[in-house]
Amino acid sequence: MLTLTDVHTHYAKSHILHGISLEVQPGEVVGLLGRNGVGKSTTLKSIMGLVRPSQGRITFEGRDITGMASHKVAHLGIAYVPEDRRIFKLLTVMENLRTGLDRGGLTEGRRKELLDKVYESFPVLGERKRQLGGTLSGGEQQMLAIARAMMLEPKIILLDEPTEGLMPRMVSQIRDIIARLHRDRVAILLVEQDVGLTLGASSRCYIMEKGLMRHHGPSADLKADPAVIHQYMGV
Amino acid sequence: MFEQILVQTVNGLVNGMVLALVASGLTLIFGIMDVVNFAHGDLVMLGGFTGAVTVAHTGNFWLGLLVASLALAVFGALLQITTLRPLIGRDPLTTIIATFGISLVLQKYALWQFGPTAQNIPQPIPGRFELFYLQYPWYRLGAAVMAGAIIGALYLFLKYGKYGIWIRATTQDRVMASAMGIPVPLVHTGVFAIGSAMAAASGVLFAPLAAVTQTMGFDFTLRAFIVVVVGGMGNLGGSILAALFISLLEAYASLVVSPSQAVIVSFVALILTLLFRPTGLFVPTPK
Amino acid sequence: MASPTNRRFWIVFLAVAAALALVPLGLPEFWRKFLTEILIWGLLAMSSDILIGYTGMVSFGHSAFFGLGLYGAATALLVLRSPNLWAAMFVGLTAAAMIAIFVAYFSTRLRDIYFAITTLVFSQIFYVVIFTWTDLTGGENGLYFSQPPFTIPGLWSVRFSTVSLHWFILAVVAISYLLLRRITQSPFGMVLQSIRENEPRTRAIGYHVERYKIVAVMLSGLFAGLAGVLYAIQHRFAAPDFVFFTVSGEVVIFNVMGGMGTLVGPLVGAAFFLLLREGLSRFWTEYYLIPLGIAFTAMVIFMPQGLLGFWKRRLNQ
Repeated sequence: MLTLTDVHTHYAKSHILHGISLEVQPGEVVGLLGRNGVGKSTTLKSIMGLVRPSQGRITFEGRDITGMASHKVAHLGIAYVPEDRRIFKLLTVMENLRTGLDRGGLTEGRRKELLDKVYESFPVLGERKRQLGGTLSGGEQQMLAIARAMMLEPKIILLDEPTEGLMPRMVSQIRDIIARLHRDRVAILLVEQDVGLTLGASSRCYIMEKGLMRHHGPSADLKADPAVIHQYMGV
Repeated sequence: MFEQILVQTVNGLVNGMVLALVASGLTLIFGIMDVVNFAHGDLVMLGGFTGAVTVAHTGNFWLGLLVASLALAVFGALLQITTLRPLIGRDPLTTIIATFGISLVLQKYALWQFGPTAQNIPQPIPGRFELFYLQYPWYRLGAAVMAGAIIGALYLFLKYGKYGIWIRATTQDRVMASAMGIPVPLVHTGVFAIGSAMAAASGVLFAPLAAVTQTMGFDFTLRAFIVVVVGGMGNLGGSILAALFISLLEAYASLVVSPSQAVIVSFVALILTLLFRPTGLFVPTPK
Repeated sequence: MASPTNRRFWIVFLAVAAALALVPLGLPEFWRKFLTEILIWGLLAMSSDILIGYTGMVSFGHSAFFGLGLYGAATALLVLRSPNLWAAMFVGLTAAAMIAIFVAYFSTRLRDIYFAITTLVFSQIFYVVIFTWTDLTGGENGLYFSQPPFTIPGLWSVRFSTVSLHWFILAVVAISYLLLRRITQSPFGMVLQSIRENEPRTRAIGYHVERYKIVAVMLSGLFAGLAGVLYAIQHRFAAPDFVFFTVSGEVVIFNVMGGMGTLVGPLVGAAFFLLLREGLSRFWTEYYLIPLGIAFTAMVIFMPQGLLGFWKRRLNQ
């Protein structure tokens, strides 16, 4: 469904991605591991159109989306939950959700359904409906960022380090959300530092090092043989 | 003496409301796309002229207001698409120079289109009332009320309207707004159109108070800049307060010096703000 | 600096200077004076380039420096019983320098657009003061005064003719150009450009950015004031119009059109603009600004390196 072929991306003068290739099938949860600074976030940003690849191709459902404007990428069914959450701090929780909910072609009933589903998964958001995003705790902001992406009813969600800085209780909540999204057949490309979570949630994993794809294989194999993980992540 | 101060207070508030209308458009545009629109005052001027011509032909002030706002909204949108979109990502200095170039063209275009004579709009609300020792035109109060109404409508639109949320989201985080599917380039054009319409409306509201000339744009732009900086760039509420503040200062100053010298007060206010509270006088201190 | 490049520069420079000196001899009176005026505006444009092109600080208030040089010289020529060229220069430059100190202070506290707006507001303050302080400045009507003769103090005094005045001004502008060129190519100039490229990094390396900015503003203000003094000497007339924003705006146009950061570029830009204005206004009177304004805006968007930069790029290919 989503394919990257030999993607090179530059950030100003730095050559970050040196030819990344990966793919995600519909409904799959795929992990992307690697140390800090290897280019995992840049990979997600390249898909989303936040940075433009200098070389290579990105296709989604057969369509070439390399360098496409972000809002068009979103309309095709790709949602993005960035590393620092980046919720709209001066908008209320409800307004944050509306940025994804207020698109054309949704009936009133369908809107209510989506909202109810999200409040069910994240009850705390329902309580804080009218609160400004900036007043939420870190964990709540992460919930909001994911909920906001779910408003787009995407076919795939790009999740960038969702458990960073979260308490263990919240981490398991994230784990449940990922499982639930998987049940709803939403594909996920999961970038994470938490190896255990990633191996547990995904069916396949890629490992990056210095802008290159170094390893790729089923998560079960990686769980069974931790040597590969040690080699690239030093964990 | 006391009565003079009260009269000047009224004058300051009236002028302040019209200035607030001009400045809100400017601050909205800056807040969302980092464009310092040097031609903003010239949009006011063009609005005034368009309104004057419409009123001259139809005799209806409200029609003039409507036509001028719509015409300048469309014009502003076209302007943004042709000259400002290519500048996205460049620093604000480049946009200020580019809009300066546009300002020159607009001034001479007005000269060509509307002729060299100043134009006037008769006051739609006739009559005066007694304000202390003066016969004060009703229209002045009317203009202030109308300016306030337009600003109020803008506020409601931003807070509750669907596109209002788009605008506020794009202003806060352009990149994430785009990632949420909000068509950011379109929002930019829309905001510029709204800002232009507000400028045009202020031109029409201003016209019955004084004449519309092709060179009046610079004065409005300069004043609006001062208001926007003093109020905090991008801060809508701040610019309204700043507009009132600056106009009151100038009104009081003109009790002591001539009106052309009274403007120095607002210049000094700007410089002091930049030196001591550069984020704006009416912005809460960042924690 | 490689010797052949240096030699080439001097050959071109001397050739251009000689041409500028000789051309007026064959021109009618109007064009002689016009050429002189181009030189003066060129000097003003060069002074602004120090800030805009080399240090990266856009000033919308150069009319203040120019105007104070103008009015300073005018005052000196009016007050002294026998008008003296050097006294006029001294007073004009001092007046410009005093303003430059103020602006220099702001330049260290404000950046980018805030600096630009402040310079604009600052020059408008002067405009209002000069316009309304009619006792001192003649207000709207301006000041008329006589042209001082060229003097070598104590030795020799001769009145200027149109051509000899042209030579004098050409000499002043040429020397100014050489001085400014020397400065921009010196280590000092390199630091200025480094500030333009990346101010935080320049500061991090250890340079006192504030001090460099102050000197840059002083230099820019002085040479702009000098242009004002020259204008006073040539035209014998000072008016508040010269302190109004229009002058500052035109200076920015010269800089952008000619090519920022090249010194020669703004001078070419000034010449180009003034010639174009002279030519177009014969057909279109005031409306010449419409095509010119459109061209200018287009250049800002598509040709930010200006005419000279564009030409240089062409030559390099």
